[in-house]
Amino acid sequence: MAVSSPGQTLSELQNKAKRFRVEIIEMLAEAGSGHPGGSLSAIDFLTVLYFGGHLRHDPKRPDDPERDRFLLSKGHCVPALYCVLANAGYFPKAELKTLRKFGSRLQGHPDKRRLPFIEANTGSLGQGLSIALGLALAAKLDRAAWKTVCMTGDGEVQEGQIWEAAMAAPKYKLDNLIWVVDYNQVQQEGLTKAQMDLAPLQDKLEAFNWQVAEIDGHNFEAIDSALRAARQATGKPQAIILRTVKGKGVSWMELQPAWHGKAPKPEEAAKAIAELNS
Amino acid sequence: MASATSGATRDAFGARLAELGAEEPRLVVLDADLGGSTRTVAFMKRFPERHFELGIAEQNLIGAAAGLAMAGKIPVATSFACFLAGRLEVIRVAVAYNRTNVKLVGTHAGIGIGDDGPSQMGLEDVAAMRALSGMTVLQPADAVETRQAVDWMLRHQGPVYLRLTRQNVPELHPADYAFRFGKLDPIWKPASPPPKYQASILASGAVVANAVEAAKALERRGFMAQVLNAHTLKPFDADGILAAAGSSSRLVTVEDHYETGGLGSAVAEALADRGCPAPLVRLAVRDFAESGGTEELYEKYGLSANHIAEACLRNLD
Repeated sequence: MAVSSPGQTLSELQNKAKRFRVEIIEMLAEAGSGHPGGSLSAIDFLTVLYFGGHLRHDPKRPDDPERDRFLLSKGHCVPALYCVLANAGYFPKAELKTLRKFGSRLQGHPDKRRLPFIEANTGSLGQGLSIALGLALAAKLDRAAWKTVCMTGDGEVQEGQIWEAAMAAPKYKLDNLIWVVDYNQVQQEGLTKAQMDLAPLQDKLEAFNWQVAEIDGHNFEAIDSALRAARQATGKPQAIILRTVKGKGVSWMELQPAWHGKAPKPEEAAKAIAELNS
Repeated sequence: MASATSGATRDAFGARLAELGAEEPRLVVLDADLGGSTRTVAFMKRFPERHFELGIAEQNLIGAAAGLAMAGKIPVATSFACFLAGRLEVIRVAVAYNRTNVKLVGTHAGIGIGDDGPSQMGLEDVAAMRALSGMTVLQPADAVETRQAVDWMLRHQGPVYLRLTRQNVPELHPADYAFRFGKLDPIWKPASPPPKYQASILASGAVVANAVEAAKALERRGFMAQVLNAHTLKPFDADGILAAAGSSSRLVTVEDHYETGGLGSAVAEALADRGCPAPLVRLAVRDFAESGGTEELYEKYGLSANHIAEACLRNLD
């Protein structure tokens, strides 16, 4: 299967991500609730993944068995995923404004019962990596070429189930599994390092026998080459730790736990959009 | 017990699973270091490439099964009933909410496991699984029924929880028995069935044998009771319960499970939903139990044939 969009240039991707940030703020302001911080930290990666030619997918054939799978384990950041999927052509962009509203297909957390091209219903943190592991096992069993990419948060890595999956993937040499940690340093009630520090995460995952790349998660070139390398690697499951900033792009949201799970009011949204467009 | 043993229902499950591996290429089996006890070893030996040992990590076991199902496999994930039910939140999201075609098999059901004691006794699993939208819950009573329940489970598209025994149980069904999903199984009647039974005993799993033993003893005393085997605990056969309530003076439920949320609850709910008042005696486990032999524990905790007969005769006024 061909990728839906041939890899766009890095500056094109940067412009896209800038526009997507505005759309995320607009969606959340319209919804009146939701999670801006982790959506803004993840959007650069998602933009490169979906529009940089790193995910084999076709919005016209969302059930193609040979497609790559992307699972957003940090389901509360689904505004970022909705934004990317709408812009990729999976559903009309006008629908973004229905986020979290009664009757909408855009539930507060991913729901494939309403949007069948969502790979997995998530929202209970720590579960997505195990599901991704199962998908990767199935692809290996079938000797299929498709990859599974799973994004977790950093706070999410505190869940015990993550480490169960982290132990299992190297046992089965799942080099078709790419685990992306959006290490945005902030979780709901405070800084990750204060709530329950993960550091040194790279060392921990390497000790679990993953191949790990730790990169600047807002550097498009770094994301591009890390994804390229992870897709080509063999023998070990691949982890990409994205050093990111929660709320990235809106200065007064950045690294502020208060903006984990609170939507901007209309005047705040206008201020945020003005800064993003400046 | 007069009937010949049929082994434990886990034995019949393991044997059938290994046979079905040859017929169903999508079948995969996942274990959490208990494959010897859940009897998946035979499958593992025949189909090692389709068996995944995930270590003592049941959350990941269940999540990985969900992922395999999303890719078109038919995963069977096994552990003790108590350990699966303990991961309810993963089952809730990865299996039930995602509507994955995952088959969860919980062995070592109830106090009947005996010696290992309360921490290993699955007593809340039926309640937990019944609480999940879209989940089917099956509990066969013997080997003949287990084999057919396994066949049905693998044909069914959707999540299933299958509850099995550690201990041996008597063979209650004839070889030509036909498992009818969702229907109460009229497993035993007196030689001359009366127009109206004095009691209908509803039982599920290992204690169906105790119920049959009780009904036979009652028959010898001229007390007419029938036994209905509730192999399908969800969805529950409300029509069957209504019919039983209409054709008997009382209902008695027997289950090796905690008193809340299992068979007795399902019967009470079905009666209430249909506005059908009926005398109901519920025999179930009412506390964490203890180590001991199966028969000793069933006697002490109120699930033996003696207790079932007493519940049929007890003055309810």
